[in-house]
This record gives sequence, C-alpha cells and structure tokens, in this order.
Amino acid sequence: MTTQNEWPLWEVFVRAKAGLDHKHCGSLHAADSKMAIQLARDVYTRRQEGTSVWVVRSDQIVASDPGDKGMFFDPMEDKVYRHPTFYQLPESVNHM
Amino acid sequence: MYTQAMDTMAREPGDGPKAVRSAEEALLEERFEARIDDGDFIEAKDWMPEHYRKTLVRQISQHAHSEIVGMLPEGNWVTRAPTLKRKAILLAKIQDEGGHGLYLYAAAETLGTSRDQLLDALHTGKAKYSSIFNYPTLNWADMGTIGWLVDGAAIMNQVPICRCSFAPYARAMIRICREESFHQRQGYDALLTMMQHGTEAQRAMVQDSVNRWWWPCLMMFGPPDDQSPNSAQSMRWGIKRVSNDELRQKFVDATVEQAKVLGVTLPDPDLKWNEARQHYDFGAIDWSEFWRVVGGDGPCNQERLGARVKAWEDGAWVREAALAHAAKNTPQQQAA
Repeated sequence: MTTQNEWPLWEVFVRAKAGLDHKHCGSLHAADSKMAIQLARDVYTRRQEGTSVWVVRSDQIVASDPGDKGMFFDPMEDKVYRHPTFYQLPESVNHM
Repeated sequence: MYTQAMDTMAREPGDGPKAVRSAEEALLEERFEARIDDGDFIEAKDWMPEHYRKTLVRQISQHAHSEIVGMLPEGNWVTRAPTLKRKAILLAKIQDEGGHGLYLYAAAETLGTSRDQLLDALHTGKAKYSSIFNYPTLNWADMGTIGWLVDGAAIMNQVPICRCSFAPYARAMIRICREESFHQRQGYDALLTMMQHGTEAQRAMVQDSVNRWWWPCLMMFGPPDDQSPNSAQSMRWGIKRVSNDELRQKFVDATVEQAKVLGVTLPDPDLKWNEARQHYDFGAIDWSEFWRVVGGDGPCNQERLGARVKAWEDGAWVREAALAHAAKNTPQQQAA
C-alpha cells in the first residue's frame, strides 16, 4: 500500500473568539492550503467554535524531542525565584 | 460510533504481547506501566509497547470506520425525510458522523499508520466496523430509533473513553461526546412527535422500529464479561474503563424509563425491575446472531462495504486532480 498519493497532512488551529489565542484542535488531509482552510471550517467549526482558523503543513512543524523532555525542561525546576510566591514580604505590602 | 463489541473483532495472530524482550525494552515498559498507573496520559511521540500501539490503531481505526459506514443507513432517508426541518437535522447529524470519523482517523494516524493503510484495511475487509450498521433502515422511524437507541448505546460506550490513557484518542472522544448528545435527543424528539401527534399507523411504525433495533443495540456492548478474554489488558492499560456487562446494564436501566415516556414497549418479556439488585433484569441475548453478523453474514454487510469501496474508487480521479492542481499552483518555495 503506497501513501504517495495521499493528500498532505495539515494541523488546524482555531481561535474560539476575539481576544483568545489560536489553539491546536486537530489535523486533516487536504491537497492545498485553500482546501485545508475550507475543510478545517467543515470539520472543526460546525457549531461556531471559531472566528479564525490557521492551517499549517504538519511536515513544517518543528517539535521538541519527547525523549529529551527531562534534559530540556527540568533545568527550570530549581529556579523557584522566578515565581512571585518565592518572595516573603511584610503582610502590609504583601499584595503588591 | 464506538461499541465495546469491536474489542472482539479483527485480531491477528501477531497482535498479542511479545514474550521476548531486551533489557532496555523491559525498562522502558516498566516506566510506561508506571505512567499508566499514575494516571498519566500517553502522547503520540512517547515510547509505548508495540502491543499497546497495535491495540489502539485497531480500536481507533475501527471506531473511525464505524462513523463513516454509519452515514450509510441514515443517508438512505435524506431524500425521504418528512419535513424540511427533519431533513436539515438529518443532514447535520450525518455530517457530524463524517466529522467524527475524521477526528478519529487523525488520532489513529498519530500512531504511525497512514490514512491510506487504514482505509485499505476497511476496504479489503481486514478491519471491521460496528455490526449495528449491517442492519437495514426500513422505515422513517428507524432514523429516530437510531438516534435514541443506537447513539444512546454509543454514548454509554464512548463516555468512558474520554479518559483513555492515549491522549489523542481521549481528546477526539471529548469532542465527539459533546456533539453526540444532539444525535440522541433529535432521535427521541422525532419518535416523540410520531407517538404524540401521529396516526395509529405512525405509532405502529415506531413500535416496529424499536422491536427491530432493541436486541442489536444490546449487542453493541459486546459479549458478556466472562467471554471477553481481551478486556483485562485493555482495562489494565486504561484503554477500556468499564466492563461490557456493566455498561449494558446501565443502558437498559436508563432506556426503560425513556420507553415509558415515549409510550412504546421493549420487545423482551423478561424485562422487569429487580428490587434486590436495584436494576432491571433482562432476557438472554442471542449471541449466535451477533457472531453471524460480525462474521459477515448480516442483512447488509456486502451492501455497506460495497458502497464504501465504490465511493473510494469513484472519487479517485477527484483526489488525483486536486493533487495535480495543487502541484501546479503551489509556488516553489525552495526556489526563493
């Protein structure tokens, strides 16, 4: 079974309403970008779930390696001073 | 349209867990099991045992096939819907089923099997779909009954999978379950209209429809627990969350009350409330019918698969033309 005739895969991002981020909601196959936008509307916003759609070819996404998750993200674990809760201030000014 | 009955279908000899493992693999598997035990979600690129991957590809793709094949019995009534309102509702529901199939194919593809491979397995008969769609839709009331009972049973089957350990499947299921509720309600509403405002003949049509669909719906939950040898591993891995018999009982208990409000009877003389169990008892299910239909000898097996294969083959030129058009119109980005 060859897959060379398969339409390329696209990732779909939908903005639910003005003021919110676009959020990844799934993927679909489409021959080109115009068709991908059209199909994204039909597949992912049948109930007005969106006001804007982005599509991007899946093979164009560069992702971090799940195998490197520890090495990549854990160095932030001991940097508690990056959080406001790290600092104990006098009660009278603690809500600044 | 997931049904636990699909757990029993289309297993291959090589699908079982591997006996011999390397030390490294054993360590990875130990870590994987620990994540499952902690209630962690597994994402597509995470390491997973081959048997877990195969089980999921099979289950998710058969679930997807069921959504797609499930459009056929309903499509049969689009042109004959009694009002414009019912026709619009039916079209919306069928479009949803198509959408659900696409969410699920996408989830299955994250496991490294291509869409073409998945479709090929359906078209060659290697993969199955829910047996319920091998029954014919003989009258308009069947559109209501499918919504009320078939989608009702599917919802019972599907809700627990929203907590499936494989995250892309769980995310697709959350979306599906949110949309599926409309399917059940529109079906009940269509039947209620016929029962309350219809003629004697229309009420008889509803009863006939319920009589035909009731038992196949109970079969959707799969064989009794003591005859479901593969359930334990799926439960252990958080792919399956509730047992077949437990879900079936839940469905019966919920449906009896709904049937009373509707004014129809359910075709089971043994159906009665059991005070001690606090559940409804029901009669014996004819599992020979279930296995016959799963095995390919249902009323519509050939017709359904034939329709899918024909649609795929007839659409080949469209798929090719769209690709050729895209190739011609896409600017060569590398050239820049």
